[in-house]
Amino acid sequence: MSAYSVTEPSKRQKWVAGTLVIAYALITMIPLVWIIATGFKSPADAISYPPKVMFEPTLEGYVNLFTTRTRQTDEFLAANPPETWYEEIVRQYDMVIVGPSRYGERFLNSIIIGFGSTFLSVFLGVLAAYAFSRFRIPLSDDLLFFILSTRMMPPIAVAIPIFLMYRNLGLSDTHLGMILLYTAVNISLAVWLLKGFIDEIPREYEEAALIDGYTRFQAFYKVVLPQAMTGIVATAIFCLIFSWNEYAFAVLLTSGTAQTAPPFIPTIIGVGGQDWPAVAAGATLFLLPVMIFTVALRKHLLRGITFGAVRK
Amino acid sequence: MTDTAMDKLAQRTPPRVARKVRGLSDRAIAWLFVGPTIFLLLAINIFPLIWTIYLSFTNYRANRLNREVEWVGLRNYERILTDSDIWLNMQATAHFLFWTLFFQVLIGFALAYLINKKFRGNDLWTTIIVLPMMLSPAVVGNFWTFLYQPQIGLFNYIVAFFIGADPSSFEMIGSVTLAPWAIVIVDTWMWTPFIMLICLAGLRSIPEYIYEAAEIDRASKWRQFWTLTVPMVLPFLMLAVLFRGIENFKMFDLVVQLTGGGPGSITELASINLKREAFEKWRTGYSSAYAVILFVTVFGLASIYVKALNKVKER
Repeated sequence: MSAYSVTEPSKRQKWVAGTLVIAYALITMIPLVWIIATGFKSPADAISYPPKVMFEPTLEGYVNLFTTRTRQTDEFLAANPPETWYEEIVRQYDMVIVGPSRYGERFLNSIIIGFGSTFLSVFLGVLAAYAFSRFRIPLSDDLLFFILSTRMMPPIAVAIPIFLMYRNLGLSDTHLGMILLYTAVNISLAVWLLKGFIDEIPREYEEAALIDGYTRFQAFYKVVLPQAMTGIVATAIFCLIFSWNEYAFAVLLTSGTAQTAPPFIPTIIGVGGQDWPAVAAGATLFLLPVMIFTVALRKHLLRGITFGAVRK
Repeated sequence: MTDTAMDKLAQRTPPRVARKVRGLSDRAIAWLFVGPTIFLLLAINIFPLIWTIYLSFTNYRANRLNREVEWVGLRNYERILTDSDIWLNMQATAHFLFWTLFFQVLIGFALAYLINKKFRGNDLWTTIIVLPMMLSPAVVGNFWTFLYQPQIGLFNYIVAFFIGADPSSFEMIGSVTLAPWAIVIVDTWMWTPFIMLICLAGLRSIPEYIYEAAEIDRASKWRQFWTLTVPMVLPFLMLAVLFRGIENFKMFDLVVQLTGGGPGSITELASINLKREAFEKWRTGYSSAYAVILFVTVFGLASIYVKALNKVKER
């Protein structure tokens, strides 16, 4: 830093700016803090008036999230004392646990479909991005724009024929169908981002490798791929977050076997309407990984959200 | 580029070795590498789009498998353009689009400007502010309905506390006047950081010597802001608006979970209406025509906008 700079704000300016930004950050965090807190409330605490900031934390929400329960007679309850801590929690309501809920399966579906489509998008995206970056492909600008324009369609608009197509091919409500679909949606992001990253790798490395007698292919995976690794990982995380968060296609094209968590979480029902602690617990478990990824991705965030159009 | 280097190399080496050096020809590799991506996009994006266009000229209903599909020409389009409900949806969409962009540009730019004052710990706070935009809109939207509950909802409670009203006296998502604002609030909460990040990149891209020159010319801070800072950030800001505009025109997940288009159809944005026609009423032909109209609209508006953006960039 230079000793004096005209753009360096004064101490007071910094203090004012800092206070305002921190105030905004704290306000914007309230809903997220509330989601996490509600997950640890009892149903009564969750819907108390006024809203409770201080409360006795309980794992009830999480127990309800992962189990299905049923009411039992007093005789049955007396004859079968609770054996585990979670069994004890549901006993307060004269209930017993009869089995797992569907949340675990839905979460697993999100993982399978997320990772499957991420792997495919990055795999295909790296190849295409390398070709666009290094070879003169006829109409490459048009092709790249075409790839981007696929993002302008409202998902519902393509959902109609995809729904019909999948019905004929037997792909509706299958993991494979969703993986292919999310790959098609993600590939534009992957190609654009990766092209940006590969453009930044000097060509001289490859040329040197080619002169050393490497084939194109070898030069690509022994020289370019290791160089582009950071970009590949960042791109993969973006694709993963997109598939993880996607709702429109998921709600229209899956209903059971391949249903992911976002369409499922809002349907978690308690005795009287939505079981908010369980919903919040499900949301917390679902949102936390993304929060962690976001913090890890800080440096590449800007690129990811602008398809590589803006780089720091 | 590399072709020429390779050619030179090939000329200097005996033919057989040259072939070995090359392996597959570059052209073959280029097509091999780009091919799968193009194929996938054709199969899952373009083919469905063409199918949508075809369906839009028919009276097909996806829930009746053995019904004869009739070609009805432009009837679907005619119906849509003369349907008063569609114009109401368009109004809801326009309201949502305008106000979300208005607030997000305002707050987003202000935040970027403040963060650019480089106070201590600004990176940490920037990361915290950015969190909402990375989360699943459907899951977050669903939880916001809980915050919006009358009486027990935190949002209503806080607002009531500040205006001194009774928290049970007003409903955000149950009222015809407030519901359109309820979705604007959540979208703004979620996506302001998007505009902020891009503006921040714009602010950081301005070289310092410009301000130094302005100082020498004795330009006031106020004048520097309007004649230097704003024009330099404008292309970035316009790009951010383009991205958000397209996204919010397609808006579905967040609003479906928040209001489901209700009360009545006051927050029924284009995508929500489309879903209702296609997957609840099963008017496949009609909704396909609607989808085509929406897509053409987005594409048209985006193209005009990009032209304007390029003009600004060239300045």
